Amino acid sequence: MDNREVLVDVKNLRTFFYTEDGVVPAVDGLDLTIHRGEIVGLVGESGCGKSVTALSIMRLIPNPPGKIISGEIIFHGENLLKKSEEEMRLIRGDKISMIFQEPMTSLNPVFTVGDQISEAITLHQKTDEAEARKRTVEMLHLVGIPEPERRYRQYPHELSGGMRQRVMIAMALSSNPDLLISDEATTALDVTIQAQILDLMRGLQKKLGMAILIITHNLAVVAEMAETIAIAYAGKIVENASAREIFKSPRHPYTYGLLQSIPKFAERRTNEPLPAIEGMVPSPYHMPNGCRFNPRCPFATEKCRAEEPELVELTPGHLVRCFHPIEP
Amino acid sequence: MATRLVEVQNLKKWFPVKGGVFSTTVASVKAVDGIDFFINQGETLSLVGESGSGKTTAGRTVLKLLQPTAGKIVYKGKDITKLTPNQMRPLRRNMQIMFQDPYGSLNPRMPVGDIIQEPLDVHNVGLRRERRKAVTAMMETVGLRPEYEKRYPHEFSGGQRQRIGIARALILNPELLVLDEPISALDVSIQSQIINLLQELQQRLNLTYLFIAHDLAVVRHMSDRVAVMYLGKVVETAENDELFDHPLHPYTQALLSAVPVPDPEVKRERIILQGDVPSPVNPPSGCHFRTRCPYAMPVCKEQEPAAVEVSPGHTVSCHLLTKK
Repeated sequence: MDNREVLVDVKNLRTFFYTEDGVVPAVDGLDLTIHRGEIVGLVGESGCGKSVTALSIMRLIPNPPGKIISGEIIFHGENLLKKSEEEMRLIRGDKISMIFQEPMTSLNPVFTVGDQISEAITLHQKTDEAEARKRTVEMLHLVGIPEPERRYRQYPHELSGGMRQRVMIAMALSSNPDLLISDEATTALDVTIQAQILDLMRGLQKKLGMAILIITHNLAVVAEMAETIAIAYAGKIVENASAREIFKSPRHPYTYGLLQSIPKFAERRTNEPLPAIEGMVPSPYHMPNGCRFNPRCPFATEKCRAEEPELVELTPGHLVRCFHPIEP
Repeated sequence: MATRLVEVQNLKKWFPVKGGVFSTTVASVKAVDGIDFFINQGETLSLVGESGSGKTTAGRTVLKLLQPTAGKIVYKGKDITKLTPNQMRPLRRNMQIMFQDPYGSLNPRMPVGDIIQEPLDVHNVGLRRERRKAVTAMMETVGLRPEYEKRYPHEFSGGQRQRIGIARALILNPELLVLDEPISALDVSIQSQIINLLQELQQRLNLTYLFIAHDLAVVRHMSDRVAVMYLGKVVETAENDELFDHPLHPYTQALLSAVPVPDPEVKRERIILQGDVPSPVNPPSGCHFRTRCPYAMPVCKEQEPAAVEVSPGHTVSCHLLTKK
């Protein structure tokens, strides 16, 4: 089935943080494949390692306290973890771009938004100022900002949250990247604005053909956007399959539990309690032995408490890390 | 027949904007700009809307944590709008509020047992050792281990802190509980635990909830009735299923269509609203929604639409419904 070209291949990534209280294995043996032009959703709760994975791909892990201790991140056939800081600087913001949850902290408040995008363009492309300016206005137009010439001269604080996120997207896409990483980029937005931005991202993906890695805790957002979904729990991928498979026949008890526990917008109200997952995410300082989900899993056995399951391909393209996968 | 616990009429809350050399009031943020709703005993009314719609301000004004600029608040048939803080105090026992941020709303230097007990001390309820007993019982009710009473808030997870917030809000045995985004800051798997707890407590203790939220899937699950707010106004009110199945106001329709659905096979017709919410300092004339409304007509600019009851309990403020 998969004759598509692999763009990014993350293999057995381990990124640890060394804090005063101990070692935090934020990402602990994570595998993830992104094909050219594919939209992949990486979903999980706080502390599952989804953002650290993104920062590892960008090689933006603050060191100290963080360190990528092993693994490979193959991008265009080359291991990003072997690149020098100099080489990475040319890749970041050029071939791989990233947008964040809070655009206000990523934009410089004392420069106009136009100047900031122009700067990104001149930095990565051999263009003169006039050309960069022209391209910036084009980009602002492309992301649906009305009156792009006027907006060029505005400062970030003069824009609304949705507009700022559009500026971030314009900046991220100005270099025509192969991969756009969106880390909770629509989480802070209102639903109607979120719908605008998701619609924009989908449209731009069709037009420009880049791959998108969507990192979110919101299952509904990935259901709408992603072709492939990876579910992360406590630093590992526990299930990876097409969006359709994940929602139709989840095999990992955690995925199943999550899907069951979210209130259904499209269903009439019942007075039944939601099927909740008991307990809480394990502390990173005290990871449980064996399968990391075992203390919360209704199907856990002795084996789950003693041994750690591998990520196994149960059916073509459907990977699950579980000794007792749910029968479809 | 359901009895009304709370009713607000033409409630307004404006915040002054100071400016100029003498710090005079140059404008007002019309956070809540004339709203009506009621809540029956034992039910959940949800106030939904996006940021800046005024839902949080409305919730706080109902409790008179903010003094209303105009309008009337009736609690159990009694007009409480003009009551002084002293006159409000005995009523406060019956009305409690719980906040979104489980980190910011708990005193970090107080053990949780004391945090939960504080309302009893403030209102001087019962004897000291009885208060401790009540705290223990309440901790069990909300699913906290009573032996944790000596611990401090930072030792608890987000979900547990929200349980502490619930315990503190319920210790005085209130009738009305305003829940201001109580689960928005929690992880998905913890959200469902807190939703279940809130629903179970409502049934057990016959609580009335004013639920303020932006997550419409949760609202659908929790509410008996829903009021949709936009820019300081309630644009539509209806029973839960009626609102979600037959939304009539163009804003409600757009809002509901914008909600992402966790099913990749469902392809929904989406109404993408153009532009952003205008500033509440200077809201559009006539209908506040007209600048983003796909059906805006000349009359929408001139005249504010009145609330029309289209079917029993379903009220809409839109010229589309009155023009025909």
